[in-house]
Amino acid sequence: MIAATIPDLAVFFVGAAIIVVGALGVILAKNPVHAALSLVMTLFGIAVLFIEEQANFLAAVQIIVYAGAIVVLFLFVIMFLGVDKAEDITTEPIVGQRPIAAIVVAALMASIVALGQLGHWMVGTHASTTATTGNDVADLGRSVFTTYLFAFEATAALLVIAVVGAVVLARRVSPDELSTDEPEVAQVPEDLGATMTAGEVEQ
Amino acid sequence: MNPITVPSISYFTMAPMLVLFVGSVLLMAAASLLRHRLPEVVSTATSVLLGLGALVVSILQWDHLIRHGSSSTVAGALVLDGFSVFVNITVSCAVILTALVAHDYLARLKFDSAEFHILALLSASGALIMGAANDLVVVFLGLEILSIALYVLVALNRKNEKSAEGALKYFVLGGFSSAVFVYGIALTYGATGSTNLAKMGTYLSANVVHRPGLLLAGIGLLAVGFCFKIAAVPFHMWTPDVYEGAPTPVTGFMAAVAKVGGFVAFLRVFETAFSTQQSTWAPLLYTVALLTTFIGATSAIAQHNVKRMLAYSSINHAGFILLGVVVLTKAGFAGSLYYLFTYSVMAIGTFALLGVLGGARDEDHDLTSYRGLAKRRPGVALSLALLLLAQAGMPFTTGFLAKFGVIEATVAHGEIPLALLAMVSATISAVAYLRVGIVMYATHDVPTPVSDGSSFKDRAEGSLLLEVEPVATTHEVPVAPTTGLAIGICLAVTFYFGIAPGALLDFARQAAQLLR
Repeated sequence: MIAATIPDLAVFFVGAAIIVVGALGVILAKNPVHAALSLVMTLFGIAVLFIEEQANFLAAVQIIVYAGAIVVLFLFVIMFLGVDKAEDITTEPIVGQRPIAAIVVAALMASIVALGQLGHWMVGTHASTTATTGNDVADLGRSVFTTYLFAFEATAALLVIAVVGAVVLARRVSPDELSTDEPEVAQVPEDLGATMTAGEVEQ
Repeated sequence: MNPITVPSISYFTMAPMLVLFVGSVLLMAAASLLRHRLPEVVSTATSVLLGLGALVVSILQWDHLIRHGSSSTVAGALVLDGFSVFVNITVSCAVILTALVAHDYLARLKFDSAEFHILALLSASGALIMGAANDLVVVFLGLEILSIALYVLVALNRKNEKSAEGALKYFVLGGFSSAVFVYGIALTYGATGSTNLAKMGTYLSANVVHRPGLLLAGIGLLAVGFCFKIAAVPFHMWTPDVYEGAPTPVTGFMAAVAKVGGFVAFLRVFETAFSTQQSTWAPLLYTVALLTTFIGATSAIAQHNVKRMLAYSSINHAGFILLGVVVLTKAGFAGSLYYLFTYSVMAIGTFALLGVLGGARDEDHDLTSYRGLAKRRPGVALSLALLLLAQAGMPFTTGFLAKFGVIEATVAHGEIPLALLAMVSATISAVAYLRVGIVMYATHDVPTPVSDGSSFKDRAEGSLLLEVEPVATTHEVPVAPTTGLAIGICLAVTFYFGIAPGALLDFARQAAQLLR
C-alpha cells in the first residue's frame, strides 16, 4: 500500500468536505434553486478529487458536463415549471421513512468503509499493476476504440432511445387521441346513460 | 506511442440486433418525414418483416454455430454462442407475435402505431445485446436500452391513469435497480480487474481470493439488479402494478422479452464469470428462488384482476426459471432456456386474449367480467383456458415439459427439497389458473354486453339481483385476423411442441451445450 503524502491528504479532505457540504445542501435546502446550486458544489468537489487522482481529463469533463451543462438544465426545468419556491419538507410522505433511511445509510457507509479497508482490490493505487502512459486522454481514447468499442457504440444507441422516449412522453396529445368517445354509449337508454357518461367525463 | 489497432468486428454476430435497431430507426425516419401519420398496416408490416429478417439471420447464425462453434468479437465484448442465438431466435419470434397482436389493439385504442412498433423494436434490440454481451458494461447498456424503451411503452396508454402510475413506478424502481447494478459492476471490477466476463472467470479460477468481501458484495449487487429485472422476490413489488397498467400487448411483450434478456444475461454472468464462487452465492439464490415460486403462487390466488393474477403467476414462473441459475449445470441451462421460450409464447398468447377481452378501452380485466364467457364467446374462452392450463403445467403442453425440465435438473443436482417445494408452488398456482377457468365455464351470469341497447336495462337488473356490479362498459371486441393469427401460432407452438417435443428440446439442449 502506498502511503499518502500530507498534501494529498489535505486535498482529499478539502474535496471531501466540499462534497459532503454540497450534498447536505441538496437535501436540506428549502428552495429548489439553492438545492441545484448545492449540487454544483458537490460536483465541483468531485472534480477536485479527480485531479487529486491525476484524472485531469475526467475533472475537466466533470466541470464542463455536469457542473456546467446538466445543472444548468436542472435550473431551466425548475424555473420553467415554476417550482422555484420553498417546499414544506418537514412532513414525511411515509411515516418512519427518514429514521429508517438514516439507519440504512449508516449501515451502507459502514460496509463501504469496511470494503475499502479490508477488500482485496485488483485495481487502483493499492495494486497499481497496470502501466499507464501517464496521459489519461490518450488512455481513454485508446480504450474507447479498442476494449470498449462496442460499449461506446451501444451508448450512442442508448442515447437515441432515451431521446425518442422523452419525445414520445413529452409530445402533446392530440384531442382525438384523448377523446373517450364510445359509439356504443350513445345507444344506451337515457336514464342509465346519464350516470355512466358522467362517470366517464371524470377520467 | 504505438498506433491504435481497432479490434476485428464480426457483423454477422451483430446482425440480428442491427436489423432490429437500424430497421426501427428507418421506420422512425419515415414516420417523422411523412406529412401524414404512417398507416397502421405499414408500421405493423415493417415490424413483422424486421422480426422475420432477424429470425432468418438468427437461424443462419445457429447453422454457423453448429458447424463452426462459438466465437467472440469486438475485443471480446460480444459472443456468438448457444445463449446468444437462443435469445436472438426467441426475441425475434416475440417481436413478430407482438406486432401481430398490437396491430388491431393500437387501431382500436387510437394509439400512434409507429411509436409503439419503433419502441418495441428498440427494446428488443436491447434484449439481443444483453443476450450476446460478454462484458458487464455491455450487459448494462443492453439492460438500459431494453428498459428505457419499456418505460415509455408502459406509459403509452394516456387515457388510463394506471398506465402512467405503472410507468412511473417502473421508471423510478428500474432506475434505482440499474444504479445498484452499476455499483455491482464497479465492485466486481475492483475485485477482479476487468469487466470482461471471460477475463473475470479466468482470473477467479486461477486465483483464490483470500479476502472476498469486495467480490461478494459486487456479486450480490449484480444479483439484485438482475432479480429486479426478472421480477424475483423480494424485488418483485413493481410487477403487478406495471403489468396491470401497461397496455395489454405491452404486458405480453414485457413478460417475454424482458424476462428472456434478463435471465440469459443472468445465466451468462453467473456461469462465465462467477461459477467458481458458486458455493457462496448459491444459497442466496436458492432462497430467492424458493420465495419467488411461493410468493408468486400464493399472491396469484388472491387477485381479482386477471392481469394482476398473471403478473403474480409470471413471478412464479420466474422462480422456476431461476432454478436453472441455482443449479448452474448444463441440464439446468437447457431447462431454463426451454422454459423461457415456451413461457414467452404462452405469455404473449395469453395477454393477446386479455387485450381482446379487456373491451374497447382495455380496462375490463376484473375476474367478474369473465363470468359466463364460455357461453358468450366459446372460442376465446377455450383458447384462454388452454393457454392458462398450459401455464399451469398441463401434460401434452410445453408448459408441462418446461416445469419438468427445470425440476429434473434440480433433482439431478441433488437439490431435492427445492424441487419438491417448487412443485408444491406449481400446484398452488394451478388453483389461480383454474379459478379463471371455473369463472368462465361454471358461472351462468352474463355481464351485459351493451351491443344492443334495447335489452340493456333488463340485463342490468338481472345482474344486480345476482349482486354483481353492472359491467356497463363491456363492449365486446371481435378478434381481429392478425390477433387471431398470433393466438393461433401461440396455441399451435404450445401444443405441437407439447406432443412432439423433440426439436425444441434439442434446440434448448444444444444451446446450453454451446455456451462459450
